[in-house]
Amino acid sequence: MRYGYFPGCSLTSSAKEYDISLRKVTDKLGITFEEINDWSCCGATSAHVTNHKLSAALAMRNIMLAGQQGLDNIIAPCAACYNRLIISQNEVKNHSGIRKETEDLLSVKFEKDLKIINILELFLKSGLNKITEKRKRELSGVKAACYYGCLLVRPAAITKFDDAEQPESMEKIVEATGAYAVDWNYKTECCGAAHSISRRDIVIDLSKKIIDDAIAHGANVLVVACPMCHTNLDMRQRAMKRKYPEHKNFPVLYLTELIGLSLGMDEKDLGIDLHYSNFKYADTLMNNSAKG
Amino acid sequence: MTSDILKDAKKLQTSFIPSGNFKESFKEKEHDKNISIQIHERSVEDEITERTFQDVSLCYQCGKCSAGCPVRYYMDIAPNKVVRLIQLGYYEEALNSDTPWLCAGCLACSVRCPKEFDLARFMDAVREIALEKGVEIKQVNILKFHNAFLDQIKNHGRSYEAGLVADYKMKTLDLFQDVDSAPGMFLKGKLILLPHNIKNRKEIKRIFKKTSGKN
Amino acid sequence: MKIGVFVCHCGENISSTVDCLRVADLCKSYSGVEYSVDYKYMCSDPGQKLIKEAIHKYDLDAIVVGSCSPHMHERTFRNAAVSAGINPFMVEIANLREHCSWVHDEIEASTRKAIELMRMAIEKVKRDKPLTKINVPVTKRVLVIGGGIAGIQAALDTANAGYEVVLVEKEPSIGGHMSQLSETFPTLDCSQCILTPRMVEVHQHPRIKLMTYSEVERVEGFIGNFKVTIRKKARHINEENCSGCGLCITKCPIKKKAYNSFEEDLAFRPAVYVPFPQAIPNIPVIDETVCTYYKTGKCGMCLKVCDREAIDFGQKDTIHVADVGAIIVATGYKLYNIEKKSEDSIYKGYGEYGYGKYRDILDGLQFERIASASGPTSGEIKRPSDGRVPKKLAFIQCVGSRDDSKGISYCSKICCMYTAKQAMLYRHKVHDGEAYIFYMDIRAGGKMYEEFVRRAIEEDKVKYIRGRVSRIYEENGKYIVKGEDTIAGMPVEIDADMVVLATAMIPQDDAGSLARKIGIPYDKYGFFNEAHPKLRPVESTTAGIFLAGACQSPKDIPESVSMASAAASKAIILFANDTLEREPVVAKVNEDICAGCFYCMKVCPFGAVEVKDVKDMNGIVYKEVAYINQGVCQGCGTCTATCLSKSIELAGFNNEEIFAEIAAL
Ligand SMILES: Cc1cc2nc3c(=O)[nH]c(=O)nc-3n(C[C@H](O)[C@H](O)[C@H](O)COP(=O)(O)OP(=O)(O)OC[C@H]3O[C@@H](n4cnc5c(N)ncnc54)[C@H](O)[C@@H]3O)c2cc1C
Ligand code: SF4
Ligand code: SF4
Ligand code: SF4
Ligand code: SF4
Repeated sequence: MRYGYFPGCSLTSSAKEYDISLRKVTDKLGITFEEINDWSCCGATSAHVTNHKLSAALAMRNIMLAGQQGLDNIIAPCAACYNRLIISQNEVKNHSGIRKETEDLLSVKFEKDLKIINILELFLKSGLNKITEKRKRELSGVKAACYYGCLLVRPAAITKFDDAEQPESMEKIVEATGAYAVDWNYKTECCGAAHSISRRDIVIDLSKKIIDDAIAHGANVLVVACPMCHTNLDMRQRAMKRKYPEHKNFPVLYLTELIGLSLGMDEKDLGIDLHYSNFKYADTLMNNSAKG
Repeated sequence: MTSDILKDAKKLQTSFIPSGNFKESFKEKEHDKNISIQIHERSVEDEITERTFQDVSLCYQCGKCSAGCPVRYYMDIAPNKVVRLIQLGYYEEALNSDTPWLCAGCLACSVRCPKEFDLARFMDAVREIALEKGVEIKQVNILKFHNAFLDQIKNHGRSYEAGLVADYKMKTLDLFQDVDSAPGMFLKGKLILLPHNIKNRKEIKRIFKKTSGKN
Repeated sequence: MKIGVFVCHCGENISSTVDCLRVADLCKSYSGVEYSVDYKYMCSDPGQKLIKEAIHKYDLDAIVVGSCSPHMHERTFRNAAVSAGINPFMVEIANLREHCSWVHDEIEASTRKAIELMRMAIEKVKRDKPLTKINVPVTKRVLVIGGGIAGIQAALDTANAGYEVVLVEKEPSIGGHMSQLSETFPTLDCSQCILTPRMVEVHQHPRIKLMTYSEVERVEGFIGNFKVTIRKKARHINEENCSGCGLCITKCPIKKKAYNSFEEDLAFRPAVYVPFPQAIPNIPVIDETVCTYYKTGKCGMCLKVCDREAIDFGQKDTIHVADVGAIIVATGYKLYNIEKKSEDSIYKGYGEYGYGKYRDILDGLQFERIASASGPTSGEIKRPSDGRVPKKLAFIQCVGSRDDSKGISYCSKICCMYTAKQAMLYRHKVHDGEAYIFYMDIRAGGKMYEEFVRRAIEEDKVKYIRGRVSRIYEENGKYIVKGEDTIAGMPVEIDADMVVLATAMIPQDDAGSLARKIGIPYDKYGFFNEAHPKLRPVESTTAGIFLAGACQSPKDIPESVSMASAAASKAIILFANDTLEREPVVAKVNEDICAGCFYCMKVCPFGAVEVKDVKDMNGIVYKEVAYINQGVCQGCGTCTATCLSKSIELAGFNNEEIFAEIAAL
């Protein structure tokens, strides 16, 4: 089984710490993959909200490339890319019209049925015990609110790996790191996603509610698996503070960073210093645990 | 008793007033120069069905979609009402609504709809058709953002934020928006300043060209 | 043989696409046809008269009618033939409507097809033989399965008509769901108060044999002659000795190990229990799964305190056989549960309402128990989680119902009414409480029903909000209910103290397996099918088996009771004769050539095939052959098609007749 890697645009820039930590962690856990050659943007929200044909073609181009490269699976760590890839693949599978159109656009025939895997599936599949075994750092003081966002588990009929309303897979992974996962209400509430730039007001309101709910349920860190979510929840906290002056910085980690921390990696090596919420995780969270 | 059940209701800016005309009067307006929508042979409803593979009449107007929509409070009309307008043939009102543009595509509605109507997909189609028919989009910035984003992909194969933000600012002429992130990103070394061009940009250009229809 | 042919126009139903005159004319030329005519309405009085007169005038031996489906009017034309002196089985129907005119629109082609259909029927009728009806005896005793209000009513009606009844109930007491209800719409009378007298009447009725804690294991036989095997589960209490004093119940040390299912799991019960104080019979049951004695051999407290020596740890299930002539199935319903189910279940559960993780989100029956004076809170409305009186209550209708994605497509029909009732009860009990009902439509068709709902709104100030709820979650001890008022076009958020879900009425878990045991069809959900949705609503398609109450589809009490009385009267009608006439369309084995392979026995869906010994002159068995019980055989013909040695013939559809029909094509 050869795993392909589709980082997606964000992981090459605004979310490069996600890419960095993912590579570090998988390396340590012995998971190997190959980046898809000459991959292009999946089309993201902008394509599917304005032009469905374009959206299908942009997503399928990458799946096609992975197939040609002889890969069997595609790991898409960005929840939005994952969703675009898997939905487009599903649409092409089920509707011969779209299939034909897209095949013509790309001058190929889709033959290989590649499986699109998100970050949660990757860790669940490769074995949580690997994380537990290689744990170096005590994280029992970490009370994580696992934030799935909207696109990771929806629609469950297509993503088929966890419950759309009460998902639990990220909690399992977090618990494998030795951290504690709180039960909370906003696991799958949307953060405003692609409106990040064009309607920041909306994004700030929605993200604020998410962070508040996490705090209300005793969390001391939000764990995410999507660069869009991270941007909205982490980077937008500065603006959030302007609108809601009582807001206090709240740490938002990528799942891979949390795993990295538990494996004993350095914050800097994981790229955590690139976050805006500007938090000394190791100090705050882990010392907390010492205090009880 | 009523006061707090409609919590946040005041945030709702406009209420929906149907113009009282069904398909027929919509056709009458065909000749009215002020209306930017052109009438095609097929109804908008048929177009939507064709693009989304689902019949608009499936929706029984329960409102569950709107009830769980995260951006509901910012929309001019409820998402379920956009479906209603299409069902009844008030195409103009539907295509002119803010709602499809504010929809974040989060799929909350689609996964909870008791009729398994994929409303998020429906919203995609409404936007697509609004663009094709040249309807004036009220949520200008949202559209401009999407265009800026797609331009990045068209030219480079991938998006790169510096270019995206710059292009978006050019398009919106809102030079001070997002002052929070861009410089911050720059300082953190996250904002790459040069686009990453993929090799096969020709293919991407072709895809854009062939899928763009008109322009 | 002289054959008469009658081609019907069915108004314009047939004649608009079939040239009936031409069909009738052409039929005249076929050999054997003595007379042929077309007419506008053959089923009408003048039409039937036309047939009868033709039979007399032309001295006909057989007739062929080209008309609508035999389902509609076969009986009409057969009766006409009989009154003119022809055997009813010398009548053939060619279906020119459903099989021809309704499904085609091209006149020439349809007319040609109609002619073919007529010719086939003519060839068949030439070979038809007169058949006579079969007589079978009737056992005048009824089996009622299920002791809810429907089963109780059916049992009482039949018994009061003078017939014996065996009433089988799987729970330790009769009463069904009605015994759990607080007050009932639309009159708000106390459910127990009107039900208990009926339960007592059943218990005391000399002609009703009550078998509680029992289940039907097997049903054999046929209308008028069923043989039923019943398993009476061990109560571990000697029913003769037990006086119902309840001492064992009070002394049993196991108090909190088993949920009380009568209280919808809102309370516990001891290991030895009666479901509720008014239970009929008032005899406890020892629950082996929690009783200490069955685990460790110790305890035996009940044994010590019972001075009537009624405790019998060694008691075993017993098997009983009853001969009955009719069966009334009244096994009722259960409620949809919002908990997460397996992927392949059609009932998916509601994750957006927490999959049942919140203790103050109740279903309708749980609320009935909380509102009931005899319930776990003695009728005070309190939250199960902390016992606080909820000041804001949200009701959500159509949960699981009308939901293709997580439940079922149908409307459960009664939940609009009971939700209105429950909101009303709440407002009566908690004067400063607010009640909100999220609904999609209010379905209140019925005598005094709409008035009842209006009363809830106008007098009791219950607030109805039109829209389905998207999510419920807990926040600081409140339940945030997110809805949309689709009339006002505004989002609504309620911070309720308690939420009541009007979950769908669905069939009992064992409905499908029970149906297979007794041989009646059921729909995709497990509701038992009626023989005809309009004209035979209380009969199953299996002769002699009738349906009553919510086991057929969601129903309220008045409807369940009406249906039960109707089912009882069907049984009584059956018992009006000592023997039964049956259609002679049954299969018969030619014993000379039967090879005794008994494939027919395996395939017969009705279990009509038996083994018969064939004896020689000295009475010595020399071979076994198949024998088809004419009372059981439904004439489906499955055995006929299966028999390798071609030794089975179906009367009225024998091989010669069928081949002639095909050859005529
Ligand atoms: C919350 C709620 C409130 C309601 N309020 C009202 C109201 O106010 N007014 C009103 O008119 N209606 C009301 N109803 C409806 C009412 O409960 C039903 O109409 C009525 O109970 C149907 O009676 P039944 O005998 O058909 O079924 P059930 O009451 O379900 O009885 C069926 C019986 O059959 C038994 N049984 C099941 N399977 C087997 C088997 N295999 N073998 C032997 N026995 C078996 C069961 O144990 C049970 O005793 C309410 C329903 C609900 C859910
Ligand atoms: S949830 Fe579905 S059926 Fe209900 S209003 Fe929305 S789209 Fe229509
Ligand atoms: S997909 Fe759009 S309409 Fe549906 S809930 Fe999300 S934001 Fe609202
Ligand atoms: S023997 Fe069983 S039923 Fe009797 S008192 Fe003990 S635990 Fe209760
Ligand atoms: S009766 Fe009312 S609440 Fe029940 S399913 Fe039908 S419409 Fe919904």
